[in-house]
Amino acid sequence: MTERVKVVERILDASERLADENRRRLDQAGVVAINLMASPGAGKTSLIEQTLDALRGNIRIAVVDGDIATSLDAERAAAAGATAVQINTGGQCHLDSAMMQQALDQLALDEIDLLIIENVGNLICPAAFKLGSHYSVLIASVPEGDDKPYKYPGMYRGVDALILNKTDLLPYVPFDLNYFRRGVEVLNPGLTFLPLSCQTGEGLPDWLRWLGGCVPELAS
Amino acid sequence: MHELSITQSLLELALDHGRKAGGGRIERLHVVIGELSTMVDHSVAFYWDLISQGTAAEGAELVFERIPAELGCNRCGCRYQLSQSQLACHSCGSTDISILAGDELLLKSIDLTRDSVEAGEGAR
Repeated sequence: MTERVKVVERILDASERLADENRRRLDQAGVVAINLMASPGAGKTSLIEQTLDALRGNIRIAVVDGDIATSLDAERAAAAGATAVQINTGGQCHLDSAMMQQALDQLALDEIDLLIIENVGNLICPAAFKLGSHYSVLIASVPEGDDKPYKYPGMYRGVDALILNKTDLLPYVPFDLNYFRRGVEVLNPGLTFLPLSCQTGEGLPDWLRWLGGCVPELAS
Repeated sequence: MHELSITQSLLELALDHGRKAGGGRIERLHVVIGELSTMVDHSVAFYWDLISQGTAAEGAELVFERIPAELGCNRCGCRYQLSQSQLACHSCGSTDISILAGDELLLKSIDLTRDSVEAGEGAR
């Protein structure tokens, strides 16, 4: 005899409970964690380098780098002066809360103020997997085109701040800023919008100011 | 590859609820997928066949219920479906929008066949 058993449970519940546990560990150690997401080539590693450069000596920063195979990004972060942990996802397109737990195991959390998580370059999957970070930041970039909020609504909905990188290219690339922002506004009303260029440095102070509001050690 | 982790979570959830209900063979899973949850169901089905092997849910049928994304305008009250070219309200143009449906990614129920003498090895 077959019987129907009612479940009605979110499929990623277990993974989200683990994310909550990661969050508790971070809170206990007084670490603020920021999950940085973007498509490949949007400038995640460049922004991390600029951030490390600007904040060197002010606060203690570690970087967790999610990558499919190489450790190139972690090497760049380490070269810029951060403690860096590389997580190779082995082909998987996103970091998840279990990988995040492993990364936390490798870090001396008491010696860190800010943890920057560089997620795998991808605009789909990372949105669905919570890690336990305090803030999610999406980096869009001008050459990707102005239609990305419409194509990847899930990613734009769940973030706390949106960076638009490579604004130095705006004069050369067809990119309708109003169309882009209108799509964002529907998905995530009032979202903090930070246009900048890692190349020229324009707009970086606004990003650092926003970051300052997230990390207590920077505010003082 | 995103679907592999979801399929693993789905399997664990189904097995867990099967055990809690007293064990037996899981014949069918009723899965609800919203359009905004970015999951490709044939990809889940592909992984399912591989990872369910040797479990109480081996070869179980996956029944997907798809929920289209539905948006509601907070200004004029109109409800409309998601389209890629326009997210703002289709009738008044407002960007003050709520997502009413399409976010779902859940296991709604499982169909469980109680252990009999022949099917006893199915339980885990």
